[in-house]
This record gives sequence, structure tokens and C-alpha cells, in this order.
Amino acid sequence: MEFFVAQILTGLANASSLFLVACGLSLIFGVTRIVNFAHGSLYMLGAYIGLTLMEALPGHFGFWGSILLAGIAVGLIGVVIEMLVLRPVYRAPELFQLVATFGVILVIQDLALLIWGPEDQLGPRAPGLRGVFRIMGEPIPKYDIVLLIITPFIALALWWMMTRTRLGVLVRAATQDREMVGALGVNQAWLFTGVFALGSALAGLGGALQLPKGGADLLMDFTILTPVFVVVVIGGMGSLPGAYLAAIIISVLNVFGVTYIPQSTLVLMFIVMIVVLMIRPYGLFGREEVAGEHGQVGEPEEPIKPASAKVRAIVAAGLAMLALLPLYGGNFALVLTTDILIFCLFAASLHFLLGLGGMVSFGHAAYYGGGAYVAALLVTWTETPMELAFLLAPLGAGLIAIVVGWVCLRLTGVYFAMLTLAFAQLLWSLVWQWQEVTGGDDGQVNIWPADWLNDNTVYFYFALIFSVGGILTLRHLAHSPFGYALRAARDSKRQAEATGIDTRRVQLLAFTFAGFMGGLAGALFVFSKGSVFPNELEIVRSFDALIVVFLGGVKTLAGGVVGAGFFKGVEDVLTRFEYWRLVMGLLIIFVVVVAPEGIVGSLRRAWRRFGPGHSQADTATEERRT
Amino acid sequence: MLEVEGVNSFYGKAHVLRDLSFEAPRGHVVALLGRNGAGKSTTMKSIMQLVRPASGRIVFQGTDIVGLPAHKVAKMGLGYVPEDRRVFTDLTVSENLLVGRQPPRDGAPTWTEDMLFDLFPNLAERRGNRGKALSGGEQQMLTIARTLMGNPSFILLDEPSEGVAPVIVEQMAQVIAQLKSEGLTVLLSEQNLHFAQAVADLVVIIESGVQVYHGTLADLQAHPEIRDAYLAA
Ligand SMILES: Nc1ncnc2c1ncn2[C@@H]1O[C@H](COP(=O)(O)OP(=O)(O)OP(=O)(O)O)[C@@H](O)[C@H]1O
Ligand SMILES: [Mg+2]
Repeated sequence: MEFFVAQILTGLANASSLFLVACGLSLIFGVTRIVNFAHGSLYMLGAYIGLTLMEALPGHFGFWGSILLAGIAVGLIGVVIEMLVLRPVYRAPELFQLVATFGVILVIQDLALLIWGPEDQLGPRAPGLRGVFRIMGEPIPKYDIVLLIITPFIALALWWMMTRTRLGVLVRAATQDREMVGALGVNQAWLFTGVFALGSALAGLGGALQLPKGGADLLMDFTILTPVFVVVVIGGMGSLPGAYLAAIIISVLNVFGVTYIPQSTLVLMFIVMIVVLMIRPYGLFGREEVAGEHGQVGEPEEPIKPASAKVRAIVAAGLAMLALLPLYGGNFALVLTTDILIFCLFAASLHFLLGLGGMVSFGHAAYYGGGAYVAALLVTWTETPMELAFLLAPLGAGLIAIVVGWVCLRLTGVYFAMLTLAFAQLLWSLVWQWQEVTGGDDGQVNIWPADWLNDNTVYFYFALIFSVGGILTLRHLAHSPFGYALRAARDSKRQAEATGIDTRRVQLLAFTFAGFMGGLAGALFVFSKGSVFPNELEIVRSFDALIVVFLGGVKTLAGGVVGAGFFKGVEDVLTRFEYWRLVMGLLIIFVVVVAPEGIVGSLRRAWRRFGPGHSQADTATEERRT
Repeated sequence: MLEVEGVNSFYGKAHVLRDLSFEAPRGHVVALLGRNGAGKSTTMKSIMQLVRPASGRIVFQGTDIVGLPAHKVAKMGLGYVPEDRRVFTDLTVSENLLVGRQPPRDGAPTWTEDMLFDLFPNLAERRGNRGKALSGGEQQMLTIARTLMGNPSFILLDEPSEGVAPVIVEQMAQVIAQLKSEGLTVLLSEQNLHFAQAVADLVVIIESGVQVYHGTLADLQAHPEIRDAYLAA
């Protein structure tokens, strides 16, 4: 019993930071409809800034003052991010915003590395709160008790602000219908900036408050991101009480998990989330999301057309150049091109899901990494011949996709995206924590291809055939009746159903197929490298694919492929520099703000604008957009 | 007070308003009439800059407002009551009014919450209720009251009589008459003449986004063939 109470108290104390960060994210999402993936980075900044301030300011006043100042500083940083990066993309489709915030993550990672260095930093003890209190005989750190007492007050203060002040009322009104709030004379731009500043400040506060417990390190941004998203989704996007309750549930669960089933702490969190979403699809206190409700559907797109003779000729010439690569390219070129080909297939599979199916998956790495692990585990544990393992991998990935798709497709919009992310993270934590089978952190090594393939040139052709074959299959499918049905389901579920299309089935099939192709890319990958590690399943990998699809252009069929080629090429050059993330992040932000239609889309628009067949309506649309 | 001059508006590539022109002089109630899909709501939204006109001028009190953000347009004294009401359903009646509150404005009547509760007694009883608990007619009153909280000098009412009970339509007509007597200018959209007849001084009729009639109510009443050609019965 005593132990039990002590566990709950520790859980409540841990909930403090989690609540603050989640609450900030939730507020920002509620009003701006932006899923701020950079929120973890703001939390990290709060910790580092708090640390620096605490070193400078001594005593009680210094300690608590530093926490407060860190919150304010991060709030101001939030203002800068909002004004420079997010303002241009509020009206854009979700993916743009996602990619923009991802750019911010990269920039902040390198800036933190530059300023504070690579070493993990220990947090200072809170003055006067060094020891423990004995509660029913169990020792509880004094700082934990303080946290546990002040958190409800912070929650109450926020609640008071949201219900009793005009600002809070405006925030709640804007969460529901921001355009109407604007039409009533409220400057939305400043409301958005204000909310973003407040949300960022809460994240910074959370980061600084946990310093005595956890210190500061460069991985904090992603480490907190996952539980925070879980909390926000369980509580319901945009709901404060929801975030509070969910933060407590997750933290307490975690403390008990660590004690009783330490191998599965991460997995546990996702299971709770999945169960909650199955019962309450919009979280405990969430409101139903209606797609396009907030004007983020984007411009109506051009109908896709079969490739013209000219395009076909260009593609054929490109393929011929590729096929002849071993004649003029060196070993390095072969390996790099193999990487690019594999990535193209991975990106094309996501593009199929996202562009054609309108299903924004945040966790596509699950199928890529999943396929790679299926192949690797088959080879390691059952000594399956490479050829067979290679063929079974995409099937395995497809199987994972069926299950995940079946669950996720009950939801739409942000909740769908979050749930796909959760499943990917679930898979990642399984691989990470189930060391006996998967090797955990050490990964799977010595997964070489069969002898006849064990040569860079031969493997290059092998990858070429499967990547190009896969991409052409995807393209072919886009132009088939199945592709039409899929697009119909994307554009208007109700109308599609009225014409007799079983949209759920069509979408599940597409999801599965995209997973299958992602798995094929993963299988090509694992045999080309001879090893696979859990990072192939990480959020970052899913984001890479999203960025690639975005860079190429969501609404163009060639988008995935062009983006992948560009991304891998740039990455290859940039990763040679120490601060490549900074450059990459800035580049991404630049593209989002300046060329939001991606490479292919922008080229096409330029062609339409300056080329022949330019109509008055085009000019009108363009002028209004600028 | 408000002049719309040669406005063209689009939704994507659909050309919805075509060289639309009309004016609304100060202190008058102007009825904007037309059938379903004629472009009445688009006209209202174009004035508010919620739909950005591709060309043309919209001059309010001597300033061209095309291209301004909606909140600036509202700050100039244009109040907008949308057709689909758009009450903040999670907020209480009082909170809805709070969102609309703006400082007093020269040349326009100043409203307080209590004055609005006098104008709409039904709302007074429900001030603590959430928007989603109100009936359709109550929601319609709330949107008008919410807009009046901004102390507008000009109010755009998009089909206020749509889908509300006859008694409330009656009440609505009285409210519009009162607003006019307080010096407000009103642009009111309707599909037919029934309601407009009771309150309007001037009439603009549009058909497929083109202005087909602009004149006084009395003139229109003298020419029933125009009414029959362009309006629903
Ligand atoms: N958001 C939109 N996107 C595309 N087309 C639209 C949109 N809103 C309206 N339209 C089209 O523009 C035209 C004018 O619509 P509008 O809503 O202005 O008509 P209205 O006169 O207000 O009709 P009603 O009496 O039914 O309210 C219609 O043909 C309509 O289909
Ligand atoms: Mg209308």
C-alpha cells in the first residue's frame, strides 16, 4: 500500500512537465490547427536556457526566477518562429506545416549543439529542496512534492485564463471558427502569435521545471515528443482538462510500468492510446474533426493525365542513362544511386498513399523498417535463403499495414496521422526493447544478399529493376479504376459511396499496398547495407519520406521520385559538414515558404504562367494567392 | 456609404460575380435579392474580404477596402452576419457577445450587452447557455447581437429570415427597422420579396452574379414582370 501511494506520487510529479508541454501543444493546435512537431525542441530550449540562467543567478530567487525567465525566453523564440516560418503556411495543407516545423527541429538541434555542446548536462538541485520527505515511510524527493503541488495551480491558472478573460474566450472561439473571429474584427495574426507564444512558453517552462530531475541533453526534443503526442491525442486535441488527465494517466502508468514490466514501458503507452482512440476516436475530451473545416484543403488540383509522348521520351532517356551507369560511374556512384533508387521507391509508396489516397501517414517508416526487419529476422532466426526472405519481407510489411490500416482508418485527419505515428512508434519500441529477438540497439547484422547478388553492380541492377518496377506499378495503379476510386474516396467520401464505392475497403487496400511497397524498399535496403538498426523505424525516417514527398510536390505523380533524388543528393553533400542539420533545416523552411508546391509543382506552374495557353482565370487565381 | 464597382469574384476557376456594381447610401436598407446560387452570399463575403475579389473596387466611406484583411474591414465599421450563423457553439451566449465586442465608434450607435438583451429578450434568459443549446431562431438572434457588439455603422445580413419561425421573422423585421432608425445602413440578402418588402428602401437583384435590377422598392413593385423573371415566388 505504502509503495503504491509512493508510486502514484512519483507519477503525479512526472506528469508536471508532460502536462505543461502537452498543454502548450494542444493550445497551439486548437487555434492555429498546426501540429507543431517542433514543440519538443522548444522544451529542450527551455531546459538549456534555464540551466544557463541558473548558473548565473544564485539562490532561491535565482532558481525559480530562472525557470520563469526560461519560459518567457522560449515564448519569445516562439514568436520569432511563428512570424517567420508559420505565418506563410497557415492556409496551406497540413503536410506543409508539418514539414516546416520539421525544418525548425533540425535548425534548433544544431543551434543547441553549437551553443551548449554535445555533452549531457546535469540539472542543479533546487535550493532548499535537496532531501526527501517520508510519506507513509516511503522516501519521496522534496522537489517531486513541490512539483506535484504547483502543477494543479498552474492548470487552474490556465483554466481561469481560458474561461474568464477575453483572450481566453477569443482563443476558444478561434479554436472553433477562426475566420468568423476575424470577421468580427479580431486580428487573427496577433491572436495566433499570442497563442503560439503562450504554447511555446509552456513548453519552455516544462523544460526548465524538470531540470533537477532530468537535466538537459540533445535528445530531449524527440524523447518528449512521443509521450506529449500521446497525451494530447488521448486527452483530445485542443482540450486543457484532457491534457491534464492524460498526462497523469500516462505518467502514473509509466512509473508502474517501470516497476512491474520494465521491458514494455514504451509499448504500454501506445497500447493505452490505441485503446482510448478505439473507444473515443477524438480522445477523452476532443471534438470531432471535419476535414477541410479550417480551409486547409488547398487548391483544387489539376486532373492527372497520362504522360505525353515527350514526358515518356524523357523518362525513357533517364532510365537508359541509369541502366548504363555501371559503364561510366564509379563504385561510389553505384552505391549512392542504389540508395537513391531504394529511397525513391519508399517515397513513391508514401506518395501513393498521401497524394492519391489523401491519407497523411506520419508513420510510414513502420513498413520500410518493418520490411527490413522481417527480412533480417528471417535470415537470422530461420536461415531463410535471401531470395525467399526478400520476397517475404514486403508481404510481412503488407500484413502489418493491414492491421494498422484497419485500426487507423476509423479516424481521419490529424487523428489518423497521429495514430499511424503511434503504431510506427509502437513497432519501434518493440524492436528497441525486445532485445532477445531483435537485437535491440545493436540491430541485425550480417544480412548479406545471396552470392550471385553480392556485387555492387549486380545489386545495382537488382535494385533498379525492383524500384522502377515498383514505381511503375504504383503509377499504373493510379491510372486504373482502383486509382480513380481511391481519388474519389479522397475527394468526397459521401459522393464516392453514393456511386457504389466501398471507400473503407478501397482505402484499406491502398494502405496495405503502400505498406507492401514500403516493405519492398526496406528489403532492398537491408540487403544492400547488410544490416538494419532500429533507427530505420524512427520518426525521423517517416519524416524523411514526408519531406521528400513534399519537396517533390504532393499533387504531381512524379513528385515522390524527383523529391527522393533531390533529397538523397543534397543529404549526401550536406552530411559531410558538421552542422548539416542547420543547413538542411533552413533549406526545408526556405522551400516551404518560397516554393510550396514542391519542385515539380513549381516548375509546372512556371511553365503554365510563362508558357502558352495561359488564361485569365489562371491570372486571377494567382493574383489572389499572392 | 458603400459602393461596389465592377467586382469579379471566383471560387477557384468558377467565375461567380461578374462586374457587379451597386451602391448602398447611408441610412438606407438595401435588399440584395436573387435565387438560390445567384451569388448573394458571395457578394457579402466579397465585401467582407472573406472572398477576395479578383478585380473591381469596393469603397466604404471613401476607402477602397479590396485586399484588406477581414478584421480591418470589420474595424472600419462593417458588421457581418453570415447566413450559416456560425455561432460559437462551445461558448455561452455572453461569451459569444464578448467575442464581438469592439470599442465605441463615431457615427454609429453604441451597444451594450444589456441593450442587446432588451432588443432580443429570448437571449436574456439564455445568457449562460452554450451556443449549441440554442434553437435556430435564437442562434440567428445571437449572431445579429454578436455583430452589433462591434458597434457597426453598416451591417450585412445574409438571409436572416432563412429557416426561422414566422414570429421570429416578424421580430427580425422590427429589429431591422429599429437599426435603421438608429442610423445604421443595412444590406440584407433574401431569395424573395416577402420579408424584404417590409423593411427595404432599395432593391438590387442579381442573377448568376450579374446585376439585373437596381432601384427603389416602389419601382420594383410597379413592375411585377421583373420580380417574376428573377425571383423565387
Ligand atoms: N466555397 C465555394 N466553392 C465553390 N463554389 C461556391 C462556393 N460557395 C458558393 N459557390 C458557388 O457560387 C455560386 C454563388 O453562391 P452563393 O452562395 O453566393 O449564392 P447565394 O445567392 O447566396 O445562394 P443561396 O440563396 O442558396 O444562399 C453558386 O453557384 C455556388 O454553387
Ligand atoms: Mg447565400
